[in-house]
Amino acid sequence: MMTTEAIEALRELGAHIATRQPDAVKSADVILGELTVLAERDHIVSLLRFLRDDQQCNFETFIDVCGVDYPERTERFEVVYHLLSMRMNHRVRVRISTDEDTPVPSVVGLWPAANWFEREAFDMYGIQFSDHPDLRRILTDYGFEGYPLRKDFPLTGHYEVRYDDLEKRVVYEPVELPQEYRNFDFLSPWEGMTSHIPGDEKAEEPSE
Amino acid sequence: MADTAHISEMEDRKFTLNFGPQHPAAHGVLRMILDLDGEIVTRVDSHIGLLHRGTEKLLEYKTFLQGMPYFDRLDYCSPMNQEHAWCLAVEKLLAVDVPRRASLIRVLYSELGRIMSHLLNVTTQILDVGALTPITWGFEEREKLCVFYERASGSRMHAAYFRPGGVHQDLPQNLIDDIAEWCDQFPGKLDQIESLITENRIFKQRNVDIGLVDEKTIMEWGFSGVMVRGSGFAWDLRRSQPYECYSELDFKIPVGRNGDNYDRYVCRMEEMRESVKIMQQCIDLMSKEGPGPVLVPGSKLAPPRRAEMKNSMEALIHHFKLYTEGFHVPEGETYVAIEAPKGEFGVYLVSDGTNRPYRAKIRAPGYPHLQAMDHLSKGHMLADVSAILGSLDIVFGEIDR
Repeated sequence: MMTTEAIEALRELGAHIATRQPDAVKSADVILGELTVLAERDHIVSLLRFLRDDQQCNFETFIDVCGVDYPERTERFEVVYHLLSMRMNHRVRVRISTDEDTPVPSVVGLWPAANWFEREAFDMYGIQFSDHPDLRRILTDYGFEGYPLRKDFPLTGHYEVRYDDLEKRVVYEPVELPQEYRNFDFLSPWEGMTSHIPGDEKAEEPSE
Repeated sequence: MADTAHISEMEDRKFTLNFGPQHPAAHGVLRMILDLDGEIVTRVDSHIGLLHRGTEKLLEYKTFLQGMPYFDRLDYCSPMNQEHAWCLAVEKLLAVDVPRRASLIRVLYSELGRIMSHLLNVTTQILDVGALTPITWGFEEREKLCVFYERASGSRMHAAYFRPGGVHQDLPQNLIDDIAEWCDQFPGKLDQIESLITENRIFKQRNVDIGLVDEKTIMEWGFSGVMVRGSGFAWDLRRSQPYECYSELDFKIPVGRNGDNYDRYVCRMEEMRESVKIMQQCIDLMSKEGPGPVLVPGSKLAPPRRAEMKNSMEALIHHFKLYTEGFHVPEGETYVAIEAPKGEFGVYLVSDGTNRPYRAKIRAPGYPHLQAMDHLSKGHMLADVSAILGSLDIVFGEIDR
């Protein structure tokens, strides 16, 4: 568990980043002992370069880039960067948002390690990265269509593969389920579900 | 021959080689397109994803408890270490403290997993460069560790033993005694294995000054774990950002000097010795502190006892709800990293307050390591590719997820 001094130090670091990069940073908070910076998409490269090169920040090691999907938002994707400073022994998380069409500036120029992570975010969510040297799919099958980690992509997928003994090759077929995939909503009406309880709509109906 | 005479000798030397996806030195299903100039590697294009099972997608459709066993299937050489990261992430959002005994058991089994992983990696890397015997000696010890896994969890490999809030069941005393006995004899076995390898001339010729990693490479390519320590940096999350009860345990961090394959091998061997010391300390602490709960008592995370369920309706309801609906995790996001045998294994968890994760991103250490394959292999000979690949400690379960 983190000490209060460590959290205070992170808070100061967040304030330092916010004052030095006022254009790029929307907010910097420490939640659960982790520093989270909300940033502007267009300034992400200059912000991350600052985080890497600034003496106080010194986030030299690239940890992770990933996407998160919020379909109900106008800019549905969040791109989350995690950085680590081995020298200063602290971490930071930077979040920006984007939509299907707006590309995010690539940070491969800062850390070559971002290459595969951005390719993965493109593969899984269809997030576009501008100036990426090699934006191919990475984890999915050759010739795969769709973006599997989007919330509107079905868990079962669209195609299944099997080896056909007659044709002596692997064949692709549309997924056929003998029974519909059962996705239980275990949120009981007593807790969790506050907005809508099944059967409520009957009360609204005008009596005839 | 006559019609190829117009190709100059220089062009003739360049060709492209397909390595994998099924190749014993690929440590799984890796396909690499190697561009060669004679025997010199000029470019490596890794094609991964052949073992992609959509773990992150599946996690979004399972409760926090149901998602846990998927972590065994990531780095299947040290399953419990990955479970640990998941449990720590869930516990952080829940703001739950693990009981003392559960914490000691977790560290005990995490270090056991580290030895399992290193034994496998060290001996198979040696197999890749031509030595056949060490793998049989190493796997004899590894087999015993698999049995310890089985005696604790019921499974040799996919243990599903850790739980958010502790571990599933307490260890019986005779198992703890047997692990202690094993710890006493293991360093001797390590000496035997080392007598085969460490000063071996062929092994040194194949590994010294191969796959050099310097500070710039570490920072630019996001390296962690032994890939950092082999180059002389004492960076270990167990020490620098301690989790569980590592801060009160006494262990050293072995570091290399040159950052080549050979130093990484030496680091792994020394780390196994340190892991044994940590295991012995855990066992001592467990016997000193005596029995105690292994799951947060009286919380909604622990199932009620069988006997209680026979008499108490509430206990029965609780049991049913825990294993169907699961527990709700408060809204929030966290990134939790542990020092897995292969490096920094992190889980970025976003919860929306329901019983299932909204997003779980798994940051596997092997992913950036394999990515640097092109950088590390460039200019080396073709035969060095498999030596470097073995030294990176690659497991496809965690890379492809």
